[in-house]
Amino acid sequence: MKRELIKFMLFALCVLVAPLFFSGSYLMNVLVFVGIHTLLAVALNLLLGYAGQISLGHAAFFGLGAYGSGILTTTFSWNPWLAMVTVAVIVATMAFAIGFPILKLKGHYLAMATLGLGIIIFIVFNEWVDVTGGPSGFPGIPNLELGTLVFDSDLKNYYLVWSFVLGCVLLSVNLANSRIGRAFRAIHDAETAARVMGVNARLLKVQVFALSAMICAIAGSLYAHVMTFIAPPSFGFNISVELLTMVVIGGLGSIYGSFLGALLLTMLPEFLRFMHDYDIVFYGGLLMVMTIFMPGGLVRGIPELFRKLAGLKKGKGDAHA
Amino acid sequence: MELSHQLLQYLLSGLSTGAIYALIGIGFSIIYNATGIINFAQGEFVMLGGMMTLFLLEALHLPLWAAVPLAVCIVTLVGLGFERLAIRPLRNASPISLVIITIGGAILIRGLAMLIWDKDTHAIPPFSGDEPIMLAGATLLPQHLWILGITVVLISLNKWFFNHTISGKAMRACSYNPRAAGLVGVDVRRMVLLSFMISAAMGSLAGIIVAPLTMTAYDVGIMLGLKGFCAAIIGGMSSGLSTVIGGLILGVLESMGAGLISSGYKDAIAFIILLLILFIRPQGLFGKPESERV
Repeated sequence: MKRELIKFMLFALCVLVAPLFFSGSYLMNVLVFVGIHTLLAVALNLLLGYAGQISLGHAAFFGLGAYGSGILTTTFSWNPWLAMVTVAVIVATMAFAIGFPILKLKGHYLAMATLGLGIIIFIVFNEWVDVTGGPSGFPGIPNLELGTLVFDSDLKNYYLVWSFVLGCVLLSVNLANSRIGRAFRAIHDAETAARVMGVNARLLKVQVFALSAMICAIAGSLYAHVMTFIAPPSFGFNISVELLTMVVIGGLGSIYGSFLGALLLTMLPEFLRFMHDYDIVFYGGLLMVMTIFMPGGLVRGIPELFRKLAGLKKGKGDAHA
Repeated sequence: MELSHQLLQYLLSGLSTGAIYALIGIGFSIIYNATGIINFAQGEFVMLGGMMTLFLLEALHLPLWAAVPLAVCIVTLVGLGFERLAIRPLRNASPISLVIITIGGAILIRGLAMLIWDKDTHAIPPFSGDEPIMLAGATLLPQHLWILGITVVLISLNKWFFNHTISGKAMRACSYNPRAAGLVGVDVRRMVLLSFMISAAMGSLAGIIVAPLTMTAYDVGIMLGLKGFCAAIIGGMSSGLSTVIGGLILGVLESMGAGLISSGYKDAIAFIILLLILFIRPQGLFGKPESERV
């Protein structure tokens, strides 16, 4: 437990001082999105990495959060914080209700059902023009405020988003090491065995699904207030796939792995921008290569790579001697 | 137009899109039965069929009768390459890794198609003119007849292959029990390769025959692939008649929904049907419930 705390402290320190190096640059803006993606990836990892349940529709919960906050604050002039909490609770309740029939399914069927759910919600964003603005998007969402502090610059938004990330990471790490976290891992490894041991697998799966959806909704609210403009393509099938990629490339079942995955896949397109349209090819290729050669994700793959390299050097030295 | 004529019109156009979904769905099922993998790149084979035919027609000025078989051959080779490069190195991976690798493959193929061709939507000329045929108050294009005809031929061929050829029987053996099939001398890896090639061929042909009606572009594969998967789920992942019926049901319901309710929600209707079926009968409309062994 103490090691976990030290890890978290180090992570928090890095987050805290990062603006010293990047403040004022364009990267600051990118780091805000790394934060939002980390929230989403951690949420999906709770479901996929810990409880072993795949979802290809998580972008929909992200979208529901964003549209919920956008519509409540702009169309109905609600207080943004109140809107955020309300939307998070509503999305969690929805996910809880839909979780019972959906999480009965397994494997590919579950992937397909969550994917279908995501696409239905995406189509509603596009077609319900009177409320969502349809394909042309929803503009004019206010920035968040705290007293007299208005979160309107990249630096302020950075600290806003990353304080949520730190909260979420702390919650997830604690959850993973609690009785519930152990129960999740039992479900992941052998659901029947876990049930025999008295774990209420069905309820737990639905609960983690709801929690995961709620974190996504909060990330969506933050996204809406940071961007002040939202449009359906930010919440489509591709985004769900991208989130899944972050989790898998980072490392299933590792909270900090999700952060690494989010960092890599958010920064990568920025560095690949010079490649223009080639970036999608590179992205697809990377995804395949990483899955083939680093099935455990970055968080396990990198140390292994170092060990192999070290072993290689040692081996060569032996040969010389 | 009277309501009955309208309904007939929706039924006819629904049947032809349904036939396309059925072909794509059978492609999904063939791979699933041989390997247990859901190939998320199936839709990209469909897209490649249409785009490749267009390329052969317009850039190389080939006649249609040469372009179509050539395009099917090329896409079949892509299917072969995909199995060799992406699936075979990962035979013992977890299902999630396999899902991700096929998604990666789909993104890669889509990206390459966008680079090689462009982002525009293209039309392939209809196979035999676009003079509408009147049928009891509904209009039918010659292309609809082509689609229905080719689908019937393909499905019969498929049935013949799986029931009457030694390779087909071997593939069925693999789907029941790969280890046992291997023990009696079936080359399981070759069957897996074959399943990818057949699926790619069927998918590409589906993409070619539908392109004159719905246009084609580098990104049409996503939706077509997903709809095909819906058809396969409705049919309980069988590579036979029940997936065909699943495709037709999906096509007709979607077309009726688009015509009578709202065309914007057309795609949503397909997925609502999918969710309902998954919730109520996860084994497909025609399957018997399976009890799981541990």
